[in-house]
Amino acid sequence: MTEPTAATSRAPAGYRQPVARRTEPANLADILERVLDKGIVIAGDIRVNLLDIELLTIKLRLIVASVDRAKEMGIDWWEHDPTLSSKGRDLADENRRLRERVEALESGEAGHSAEVLASRDGRREVDPARGTVTGSEVAAAEEPRHD
Amino acid sequence: MTETGTYLYGIARDLDPNALQEVRGVAGASVRTVANGGLIALVSTVSLDEFGEEALHDHLEDLDWLENVARAHHRVVDAASAVAPTAPTRLATIYRGDERVRQLLEERQKAFDTTLSRIGGRAEWGVKAYVDPQTSAQATTEDAPAYGSASPGTAYLMQRRAQQHTRQEAWQNAAARGEEIDTELRRVAEASRRHPPQDPQLSGRDGWMVLNGAYLVDADRAGEFTSMFTRLTERHPDVELELTGPWAPYSFAGEDA
Repeated sequence: MTEPTAATSRAPAGYRQPVARRTEPANLADILERVLDKGIVIAGDIRVNLLDIELLTIKLRLIVASVDRAKEMGIDWWEHDPTLSSKGRDLADENRRLRERVEALESGEAGHSAEVLASRDGRREVDPARGTVTGSEVAAAEEPRHD
Repeated sequence: MTETGTYLYGIARDLDPNALQEVRGVAGASVRTVANGGLIALVSTVSLDEFGEEALHDHLEDLDWLENVARAHHRVVDAASAVAPTAPTRLATIYRGDERVRQLLEERQKAFDTTLSRIGGRAEWGVKAYVDPQTSAQATTEDAPAYGSASPGTAYLMQRRAQQHTRQEAWQNAAARGEEIDTELRRVAEASRRHPPQDPQLSGRDGWMVLNGAYLVDADRAGEFTSMFTRLTERHPDVELELTGPWAPYSFAGEDA
């Protein structure tokens, strides 16, 4: 792993001068703070929802300062936050699959499941023309904790 | 499906592409360069199965994935910035192909040139300052009055108010230390930024983070900057100071920087 502190020891002469100093290796919080938040912001061809990233960044500010340390301290609330945990996502996926099956059964035909669009923030968009279920229990299951 | 995209780490100038031969990028990919008009984009080929829009949405919320990609992104930027002026791009900047990146270099040539001129030959240093609220409050609590003559309820309320006042004062003192340290460091820096403090509860630190600063320092003044840092640690024994760097100039690569 190349960290800023390690960089000077192998830096070619003339660019970064090695200096005697007291530094600590870059921790994850410092790296994420920079790679997520700083640097040139250009919209690439692959669009990432910036709002999502900013939301994520706020959450990360709270947690990544030291994920390992937090785990040591038994702080793991993000693992129960659907937007941050793979467990939550599994649940969301399962719910979506179930909803799609229900819809397919109700409409009496297979292959229309793609018309149910699951948005990431827990809202459900259902093809209005088909007038299918909205599944409030699904949304509830995915509602992020408000604490 | 094996559709691919071009992941962009950053934009450099005067970079020997061989410098990145040993460096592994995101998802273990090798690092290539796309050049146009003197600018050099640092890129890797990535699978859109992993870095496509939908996949990214999911992955960006997966801490392990994010950590791996963030460290790889940083690794590439760091290797390049150690040998040449390099402006990092934000994590997960992805194009459909190399040609699109070349177009970007052409279209934004002037802006990138300006940025690279500003950060060339300079590095970013990070300084954080922590103050222990207890220590900071001590001076004021020593002369706290006794509430023996008041009724228990009144005494309690008076004590609470005094505590609150003490804490507020302690915070103000601590914040002032942060300002003072920042001012001194800025004297050796070409530019500086104050980042929001990282959360104290989870940073593993008990203290208040009164400074989370980034300083853009000339390469030939790095020694001066670190000496200043050392002097500041001596001058403020009750403030815990932490120095990180040199970093690629992440905090100074944005166009508004």
